[in-house]
Amino acid sequence: MESASGVLRKTPLHAVHRAAGAKMVDFGGWDMPLQYTGILDEHATVRGKAGLFDVSHMGEIEVRGPQALALVNWVSCNDAAKLQAGQAHYSGLILEGGGFVDDILVHKFSDDHFFLCVNASNQDKDFAHIQEQNALRGFDASVVNIGPELSQIAVQGPRAVETLQKLTATALTPISYYWFRRGEVSGTPATIARTGYTGEDGFEIYVANSEAARVWNELLAAGEEFGIKPAGLGARNTLRLEASMALYGHEITDELNPLEAGLSWIVKFNKGEFLGKGKLAEIKAAGLKRKLCGFKMTGRGIGRDGYDIAGGGWVTSGGPGPTVNMNIGLCYLPVEKANIGQPIQVMIRNQAVDAEVIATPFYKRAK
Amino acid sequence: MYPENYKYTKEHEWILIEGDTGTIGITDHAQEELGDIVYVDLPKAGTAVEMGKALGSVESVKAVSDIYSPVNGEVLESNADLGTAPEKLNADPHGAAWLVKVKLANLAEVEGLMSAADYQAYLGE
Repeated sequence: MESASGVLRKTPLHAVHRAAGAKMVDFGGWDMPLQYTGILDEHATVRGKAGLFDVSHMGEIEVRGPQALALVNWVSCNDAAKLQAGQAHYSGLILEGGGFVDDILVHKFSDDHFFLCVNASNQDKDFAHIQEQNALRGFDASVVNIGPELSQIAVQGPRAVETLQKLTATALTPISYYWFRRGEVSGTPATIARTGYTGEDGFEIYVANSEAARVWNELLAAGEEFGIKPAGLGARNTLRLEASMALYGHEITDELNPLEAGLSWIVKFNKGEFLGKGKLAEIKAAGLKRKLCGFKMTGRGIGRDGYDIAGGGWVTSGGPGPTVNMNIGLCYLPVEKANIGQPIQVMIRNQAVDAEVIATPFYKRAK
Repeated sequence: MYPENYKYTKEHEWILIEGDTGTIGITDHAQEELGDIVYVDLPKAGTAVEMGKALGSVESVKAVSDIYSPVNGEVLESNADLGTAPEKLNADPHGAAWLVKVKLANLAEVEGLMSAADYQAYLGE
């Protein structure tokens, strides 16, 4: 049931969702749309046409100054020195103990200006962490929490380019995956990034809060001819699960490290010192004890978040995969069982139900 | 919306009594709250069910919900259609998408359940 919304945080699009008849849900302290027409319908719409997501609850942190790059490279494990202006990458804010503070997107405007997109429920913690490290290490950089002023709208799906192109003079086709531009959308300044959390082509757009409702409505109108629909957090989760993208609090936490999570590609040991490097190097040298794997249910049932795996391990995220038409999930397994084709059993309500380790991502769009 | 000849529980099940047989389902409100239903787990014929205890479960994309038996009795039949077409529960929860038929142990038990008017008032609270 809906919670009393008085204590929940709201995005600038909250009234728009209510008016559209969205079913709302408390998501990490935010009153967010779970679904509008239904999770399966919204999922299929994003895979086949285009979906519009309000992700304004996400946090945005700006790092500026002569040592902006040095600070970003100290607190995150990927190598931000490799980014060109206008390029973004996936990275992790890592604790000294090797676990995650958060997973983030790092956008580089210039060597003295970076823009981090962070998870909604971690944004205050992330901001405090980066500020603290900045002070401790004495970098010549400033850290500003710009999340409260910005709204983020994601337009995702095979018709996302055509939809957004109607509202901007910025040529979208030349923007490669994980690149971004500053421009205008619906006549208002916007950061337009070719990123997303669905496994589809698409964009994440950052605009001022005061413009969010207008941009949202104009995107819906622009995409009408392509079959665009608003999509909620329910579809966002089934889409990202099929694409095997990690969700903080599930695949990654302060106690789980990027090596176990299959994210060693974002850990750049050769870039110089960074927070958590020593511990991660130690973990790597000692050999991993567990690994994140994908599975499909072969028996009847759905292995869901938190369910145990018989003989060790647990499901981090699980549910139906509407496009792949299987019940799928991600799980941690002891390393000796972390092999494709390995039969496993998920404990579903005290019953061991058969499943099998399979390759990830479960879904990959045709290029 | 809610058939007058059904009885209802606070956990959003309904039961239709015909002789000593009860047909059990979930209410339209329940399916609406659950969203897209993707899996239904029901007991086999012959299984004893206990009033207020879980007799099976319904899973939507997001979550699992227990179905609580409104009565004591024994399962006569479960709705096999829902194994291959669980989405029928969203489309016709009060009709074709019934869950189980049970032989009632004690007909008088259903007197404690809500009427359609009571249930609608309960939903309105």
